[in-house]
Amino acid sequence: MKISVLSGKGGTGKTTVATNLSYYLSKKGEKVQYLDFDVEEPNGFIFLKPKIENTFEVKVKVPQIDESSCTQCGLCAKKCNFNALSVTKNGVLVFEKICHSCGLCSLVCPVNAITEVEREIGKIEIGYTDNLKVVRGVLNIGEPMGIPILKDLKKLITPDYINIIDSPPGSSCSVVHSVEGSDYGILVTEPTKFGLHDLEIAVNVIRQLGVPFGVVINKSDENDYIIEEFCKKQGIDIIERIPFDRSIAQKYSKGELLDDKIFMEVFENIFSKIMEVSNNEADSCN
Amino acid sequence: MKQIVVISGKGGTGKTTLTSSFAYLAKNRDIADCDVEAPNLNLILDNTPMKRELYIGGKIAYIDKEKCIECGKCKSVCRFDAVKDNFQINDIKCEGCGACVEVCPNEAIKLIDDETGDVIISSIEGGKFSYAQLRIGADGAGKVVTKVRQSLMEDENKPELIIIDGSPGIGCVVISSLTGCNMAVVVTEPTQSGLEDLMRVLNLVDYFRMKAYVVVNKFDINLEKTKEIEDFCSKNNFEVVGKIPFDPYVNKAIKESKPVVQFDESIAGREIKRIWNIINEKIKEV
Amino acid sequence: MKVCFSSEGRNLDSQLDPRFGRCKYFVIVDTKTNDIKVVENEGLVSEHGAGVSAANLVVDEGVDVVVTRNIGPNSMKILTNAKITIYEGKADTINSNLELLKQDKLNEIKEPRKAHSGLQNRWGR
Repeated sequence: MKISVLSGKGGTGKTTVATNLSYYLSKKGEKVQYLDFDVEEPNGFIFLKPKIENTFEVKVKVPQIDESSCTQCGLCAKKCNFNALSVTKNGVLVFEKICHSCGLCSLVCPVNAITEVEREIGKIEIGYTDNLKVVRGVLNIGEPMGIPILKDLKKLITPDYINIIDSPPGSSCSVVHSVEGSDYGILVTEPTKFGLHDLEIAVNVIRQLGVPFGVVINKSDENDYIIEEFCKKQGIDIIERIPFDRSIAQKYSKGELLDDKIFMEVFENIFSKIMEVSNNEADSCN
Repeated sequence: MKQIVVISGKGGTGKTTLTSSFAYLAKNRDIADCDVEAPNLNLILDNTPMKRELYIGGKIAYIDKEKCIECGKCKSVCRFDAVKDNFQINDIKCEGCGACVEVCPNEAIKLIDDETGDVIISSIEGGKFSYAQLRIGADGAGKVVTKVRQSLMEDENKPELIIIDGSPGIGCVVISSLTGCNMAVVVTEPTQSGLEDLMRVLNLVDYFRMKAYVVVNKFDINLEKTKEIEDFCSKNNFEVVGKIPFDPYVNKAIKESKPVVQFDESIAGREIKRIWNIINEKIKEV
Repeated sequence: MKVCFSSEGRNLDSQLDPRFGRCKYFVIVDTKTNDIKVVENEGLVSEHGAGVSAANLVVDEGVDVVVTRNIGPNSMKILTNAKITIYEGKADTINSNLELLKQDKLNEIKEPRKAHSGLQNRWGR
């Protein structure tokens, strides 16, 4: 099972929901792994504090030119749609950070002077918090493209686990890469105008991907009507509300998980709603 | 002409609150919302759209059904899994490299313009305001950020100052919002993730050898963490120019779509005014 | 000698464009014949690698000298590789920069300025 936690913008409580839900379910005895797909700001580890057992480098392919067979015909640079190559009389230059690893240059080289070599752009860390498996991808500073890390992270999603994905914020293709193929999406929002605006974006994304979803209102207060009106009009389920609570803010700021009894109930509710929906989905398929 | 970019390592730290207040306090300035994945400034700035330009993000492949013989060569060379089983292109996954075009034996594939969204220029009191609306799954690539910024610079009435609401994160989009700016104002909050994101983003700023000033938002929710942030900054030669207290007026301001500095009673507003006066002096020096 | 200027416009009275990679035009002057050629910068429209595309264009034109104000590391690498000398121009017209160059009053740029994403990583590698 794959559950994605997402939000239109950052700072709404996405990581709070994803980490605590993961931890709660693992405590309950479920086989769970938490995967932080927010590779530019991977913050889940701050709360889960796993013991890291494995680290893999994430590598992408970049062209390497064999100068002895290269005829400096310039075809590779001309064909490259990303401008990652330059051919002058004095040799070929490769601009690794612009390269998208598409392999076109080696495909078109008439003398087979191009081979592809690997270059590290980030890493994946795997660890455990008690019996919860915790995974994150980290993009190296100054690297512009995080998608290859997401692709490697995706390979770690296995059906024998409840996989909880902490998705990147926004509606970019990295969100699409993280969320597609999910069994359920939890959209975290807060009851403000910004929250609503960004929720609308997230709803558009997840509808386009055809993933069943529900909304969690974080920092729930007397302004919930802002979100409620929209959800009612759109026929969207509000699956849970997390009240605005100073103790949450304090725990968050210290990097602690929410372990009070009230929150256990919150996460139990979220999970049982998800199970309900996915069981219904399964029934309607049969 | 000078440019200030307001950034934060993660979303939800108060970047838009600060930018909208700066926009209100500054004179002869234009505003660019470069948080292209979750643009929120247009909700808070009273603006009238004047111009809408189609934004072409890049190229994507297009397969002509009539000519396609379904040989599968395109599929085998595509590194992005962008050729669907029915021999159509998955727009979200295609990166426009053109490898498929190269191998197609029947010239059935071509690269076409990828209409990624719109760049909108609005008039606001005392200047212009630009932002982008991207379609879902569109990569908020650096180019759209450049475009949003350029739309202001190409205008005949060049402003003295451009204030940029940058994107969260450390990837390509943020890099593009930083390039060419005279100064960065980095907003953070006193939480463990706030601190770690601040470190990442200051690393990036330093990497571009840019002048940066730090603002701690809601500093009083965790004085210990605030102290830690200040220590980190002073150790690394970054000046903390202001500490904004937690203030219910901030939420009230968002609700009423006004910059918080418009509320005279607001303690957060007062601190932001003080911060602006400092920044305004500093920008004259660079 | 063929000199290439990053330019905001299409003639000698145009202002020097401070950016190399994303300038609008390249104005190329042959100092021997006084021939002028104007090339539109394709790099302006490319999504990625504007600097690389601009530099490749200039190399293809077979110029000896480039006059601009800000040049990124990628462009710089290509021009240096092609043995093209780069000078830092003044915020003025192409014509007056050409005069300054002839009088040997412009400084050579040997270090790249701002980078987009081409800098070598200083952290954690």
